[in-house]
Amino acid sequence: MATPIERPLYPVKESASQTAGPYVHIGLTPNFCGITGVYDTDLGATMVTDQTKGERITLEGRVFDGGGYLLTDALVEIWQADADGIYHQTAESDFSGWGRAPAHAETGIFRFETVKPGRVAFPDGRMQAPHINVWIAARGINLGLNTRIYFDDEAEANAADPVLGRIEHRDRVTTLIARRDGNSYIHDIHLQGPQETVFFDI
Amino acid sequence: MKSNRPPIANFFPRDRSWHPKAYTPDYKTSILRSPSRALVAFGNSVSETSGPAFGHEIIGPLDNDLILNFAQPGMSAIGERIMVQGRVLDERGQPVPGVLIEFWQANAGGRYRHKKDGYLAPLDPNFGGCGRTLSGDDGAYAFRTVRPGPYPWPNGPNEWRPAHIHFSVFGHGFAQRLITQMYFEGDPLISRCPIVRTINDDRAVGQLTARLDMEASAPMDALTYRFDIVLRGSRSTLFENRMEGN
Repeated sequence: MATPIERPLYPVKESASQTAGPYVHIGLTPNFCGITGVYDTDLGATMVTDQTKGERITLEGRVFDGGGYLLTDALVEIWQADADGIYHQTAESDFSGWGRAPAHAETGIFRFETVKPGRVAFPDGRMQAPHINVWIAARGINLGLNTRIYFDDEAEANAADPVLGRIEHRDRVTTLIARRDGNSYIHDIHLQGPQETVFFDI
Repeated sequence: MKSNRPPIANFFPRDRSWHPKAYTPDYKTSILRSPSRALVAFGNSVSETSGPAFGHEIIGPLDNDLILNFAQPGMSAIGERIMVQGRVLDERGQPVPGVLIEFWQANAGGRYRHKKDGYLAPLDPNFGGCGRTLSGDDGAYAFRTVRPGPYPWPNGPNEWRPAHIHFSVFGHGFAQRLITQMYFEGDPLISRCPIVRTINDDRAVGQLTARLDMEASAPMDALTYRFDIVLRGSRSTLFENRMEGN
């Protein structure tokens, strides 16, 4: 009788990730790093139009490494629902929901001009607190990091949020909550160390 | 398509033993840039299964031609002319149509057009180093470029990156977002590279190594390298969707 052959159930595996490297901006925000004339604009630089509904907010922050050093070569992307809690998975919309921002070469600040998102449902029907999904790529990051940004003026919704509820060490929840300052929300991300941001395996 | 309903499809979990670990000290920059706390896992919600869409209107006629897209009129980039062709698939082997693929690379001498790259090799005035395209209905994509040169980098006293092209790929959900690198078959620097070696499984490295495709090459013009990109697969929720899955 033949021995069973090890045969994977699915034909292929996901391509393994590799770091974005130090020159990620050449590919993803070429105008930002001085390569002009190839694309009219950098994708994801503008998220809202005059027609976009909802409260305009600025979201800005910095990314730090485990030594407390500022990353000036990070790339941050966000994906969010609109003010009514709807994700726009279409290229034709007054609000794309997707933004891409390079860290500033000196200050390390990333900045998005967007709207405050509405609430969306979790699969079990509970409502999630307003949040922005974040993905970070940079030299030294082997696989893009997923995190979220919540809002400090949504304490009640945050307290009932099913994802925040999954965080075992409760003192770490604050690493996901942006601080309101006027029309801006300020949110720093720490890749490692005592203030390490919660990252997700989604 | 707008969507505020609960998701009907979850992605296969990422196999984090197949991907590089975050902390890979032979690649020195990862030492301080790797989370040390456990990742928090949760099942996909619409925040993860949805993702941005990109239309053809953003793609210019030369966006997938790095030989011409930065060149002065009548000029072209210097180097070995190549085409890269492949498909974007998911883990079921199904094509993933209509997704944005962006790529960037060094020039034929191994120099990036970036103020932080001080390598001795000269810039090519006719080469910018970026391109993009959308996958077709069958998941296929293609672009033309010059083969990038290998180059030294300061991770160790004499370390060289194999020739490579960086790829950024969107899927249909934000949780499929992926950045990787494509290598060229036969390059003796692949197995020596600390960044390649962040990957523990030779099969995973093989999957990132493009193969020469003589049949698809253009005689007297350009060689073709074939490189398929695989994104996370997804499963249907039984009863919510179709019994046979999707």
